[in-house]
Amino acid sequence: MAILINSASRIIVQGITGKSGLLHAWQCRDYGSNIVGGVTPGKGGATIEGFPVFDTLNEAIYATGAAVTMILVPAPLAAEAILEAAEGGIELAVCITEGIPIRDMVVVKRYLQDSKMKLVGPNCPGVITPGECKVGIMPGAIHKKGNIGVVSRSGTLTYEAVKQLTDAQLGQSTCVGIGGDPIIGLSFIDVLKLFNEDPETKAVFMIGEIGGDAEETAAEWIKENMRKPVAAFIAGLTAPPGKRMGHAGAIISGGKGRAADKIVTLIECGITVAKSPTKIAEAMKQALNMKS
Amino acid sequence: MNIHEYQAKEILKAYDILVPNGRMVKTVRQTQEAVEEFGRLCVLKAQIYAGGRGKAGGVKKVNGSVHASQAAGDLLKNKLVTVQTGNNGLAVKCLLVEEIIEIEKEFYLSITLDRRTSRYCLIASAQGGMDIEEIARVSPENIHTLYIDPFIGVRSYHARGIAILLGLKGKIVEDCVKLIQNLYKIVLEKDCSSIEINPLALSKAGKLIAMDCKINFDDNALFRHPEYEKMIDVSQLDPMEIQAKKLDLAYIKLNGNIGCMVNGAGLAMATLDVLKEYGGEPANFLDVGGGASREKVAEAFRIILKDRNVKGIFVNIFGGIMRCDIIAQGIIDATTGIAACNLPIVVRMDGSRLVEGKNLLSQSGLKIETVDNLGDGAAKIVQRVIKKRRVIAN
Repeated sequence: MAILINSASRIIVQGITGKSGLLHAWQCRDYGSNIVGGVTPGKGGATIEGFPVFDTLNEAIYATGAAVTMILVPAPLAAEAILEAAEGGIELAVCITEGIPIRDMVVVKRYLQDSKMKLVGPNCPGVITPGECKVGIMPGAIHKKGNIGVVSRSGTLTYEAVKQLTDAQLGQSTCVGIGGDPIIGLSFIDVLKLFNEDPETKAVFMIGEIGGDAEETAAEWIKENMRKPVAAFIAGLTAPPGKRMGHAGAIISGGKGRAADKIVTLIECGITVAKSPTKIAEAMKQALNMKS
Repeated sequence: MNIHEYQAKEILKAYDILVPNGRMVKTVRQTQEAVEEFGRLCVLKAQIYAGGRGKAGGVKKVNGSVHASQAAGDLLKNKLVTVQTGNNGLAVKCLLVEEIIEIEKEFYLSITLDRRTSRYCLIASAQGGMDIEEIARVSPENIHTLYIDPFIGVRSYHARGIAILLGLKGKIVEDCVKLIQNLYKIVLEKDCSSIEINPLALSKAGKLIAMDCKINFDDNALFRHPEYEKMIDVSQLDPMEIQAKKLDLAYIKLNGNIGCMVNGAGLAMATLDVLKEYGGEPANFLDVGGGASREKVAEAFRIILKDRNVKGIFVNIFGGIMRCDIIAQGIIDATTGIAACNLPIVVRMDGSRLVEGKNLLSQSGLKIETVDNLGDGAAKIVQRVIKKRRVIAN
C-alpha cells in the first residue's frame, strides 16, 4: 500500500541521458525501483546502463507500460516534459528540476486542472516508499519502512527529519517532497488526504517553511478532516523579511508568510510543532502519545 | 530581479502605457539640464531598489534649476534609508527627473502571482497612492481582483469590468482596457513575477498616466532574457551577494558572526534557527545547492571568509546527491594558505562517503572539528565563537 508509489510501479525517466538523469535512474534502480527506461529526444533506440532510451514519452509508455515518470530535464524544457507526461496518460509525474519559470508553470498547472495526472514538484527531492520504491534524488539509506507519512516543501531538511525519525525507530510509510516553488503540483492537503486514507500510515510529519500560506491552509484542513496525529516543523523562524531564502517560494513579503504566524496557526489547529529542527522525532512521539 | 523605476517606465512606454515626460540623470549638471527642458516645476525621484522613498525624503519637488541642483546634490550625496532598505540604506546613484502632472484621481493597479490559485492575479483599487497592504487594511472593499486564466488571458470584457469598478466613465474606460491588456502582455513577454503601477493617475487633462512603477523579473526566466543582465545596478546590491549569484549560490548577508554553509534552502533556514536557539548569531544564509562541485564549495567558503564579521564557521551538509568527500576537499582547498583559517570551523556532514570525508578533514592538519548531528554542531560552534571572543577580551 503506502501512497503514490510501491514495488509494482513502472517508472520512466525523462532526461535519462543527462548527467543527473542517469545518476538518479541508476540510484533508484539500485534501491529497487522498477525503472523501465528513459526518454531523451534524439537518442531513441540507444541503451544506456541497461535502460532502453526512447525519443518520445508516448513510445516509452507504449513499449514499457510505465505509469510513473521522473523528470530530470533542464529547466527551460521541463514544463514541456510535464505536459508531455500529462497528455501521454501518465498517472504520476515527479519533477525534480529546479528553476522552471513562473509563466511556464502557470500554464502547466492550468492544464493539469483537466488532467488525471498527479504532479509532485517541481524543485523537489521526489517520493520514496521505504523498502519498496524510490522516485527521486533522496539518499535511500536513511529511510526505514514504517507507519509515519512525511510531507515536506524542502529537500535536505526532509533528509534531516527522516534521519531523526529513523534513528528514533519511527519508520516511514511514504515520504513526499512537494517542492519549494510558488507553483507546485500536489499540495500539502492533497498529500494529507492520501495519507488519511492509507491504512499503512498511522501518523504524519509535515515540514514547512516561510512564504505563502500553504501550511496554514493545510492546518485548517487537518483540524477539520485528519483522523491521524500530525506533528510539524516550520523552517525560517529567524529569516529576515523581503529576502528570498534560496527557494523561489521562501520569502516573507508584506508581513505575510512568517514562520511565527504559521506556528501559531498550526498549534491552534491541534498540530504538535517541533520547536527546534533538532527535536523532530520528539515532536512526532509526542503527537503519537497524545492521540493514544 | 529588481529594476529601477526609470527602467520600468521605459518598458511601460514601449507597450503604449503613458508615463510623465522624464529622464534618468546621474549628476547635478544633468539634473539642471533636464529641469530646464521639462519646465521650471519638476519632481526629482531617487532611484533605489526599495519602496517607501516618498516618506524618507527621496522624492522632491523643485522649482527652477538652482533649487533643482541643490536638491539633486543632496540626494546624490547621501544614502537613502526607507522602511524597506534596512538601517544601512541604499546609495543613490541616479535620479529620475519628471514633469509635474496635474492629477484628478489616483488608482492602484498590479499583476502578481497568486500562489493559492497558481494564476496571475490582477489587483486594482480606486484608492491609489498608498501600499496595497494599507489599502487592504483600511478599505478591503475597495480592492478588486481578477484571477487570469492563462488559456484565455485578459479579454476586453474582463478589463472593462475592472475599469467600471474603478469608477471610470466614458472614453477613459476603453483607455483603461487597453492599459490593463498591455500590462498583462508585459508580464508574459518580459517574464515578470510582479508589476505594480501605484499610483496610476487620471490627469486633469483626462489621460491615464503611470506615475510610479515597480517591476520584478522572475529569476527563473532570466535565461530567456540575456538583456536583463545589463539592467542590473550593482550599487544597489551587496557585493558578496553579487559574487555568490555569479557562482549560482544563494547567499544572503546577515548581521551576526557565525558564517554558515549549508546544502539546501530549507536545511539552511533550519540551521540559522538552531544557531539562534543556542545563542549564536548567523552572519549569512548560504545554500550551496544540491550538486555543488568541489570548486563551488571552495568558492562558497571564500565568500564566507570575506565577511570580516565572521568569527567562526559552521558547515552543515546532508549529502543526498552531494558527497561528503567532495565537501571536505572543497573546505581544504578553500582554507589552505588562507590566514583567516585559524577561525574555529565546525563541520557536520551526513550522507554518502561520510567516513572518507571525515578522514580527509582529520588528515588535513586544519583545525576543523567534526560533529555527528545538527544540535551538537550548533552548540559547539556557538561555544567556540563565544570562547574566542572572551580570549580576545582578556
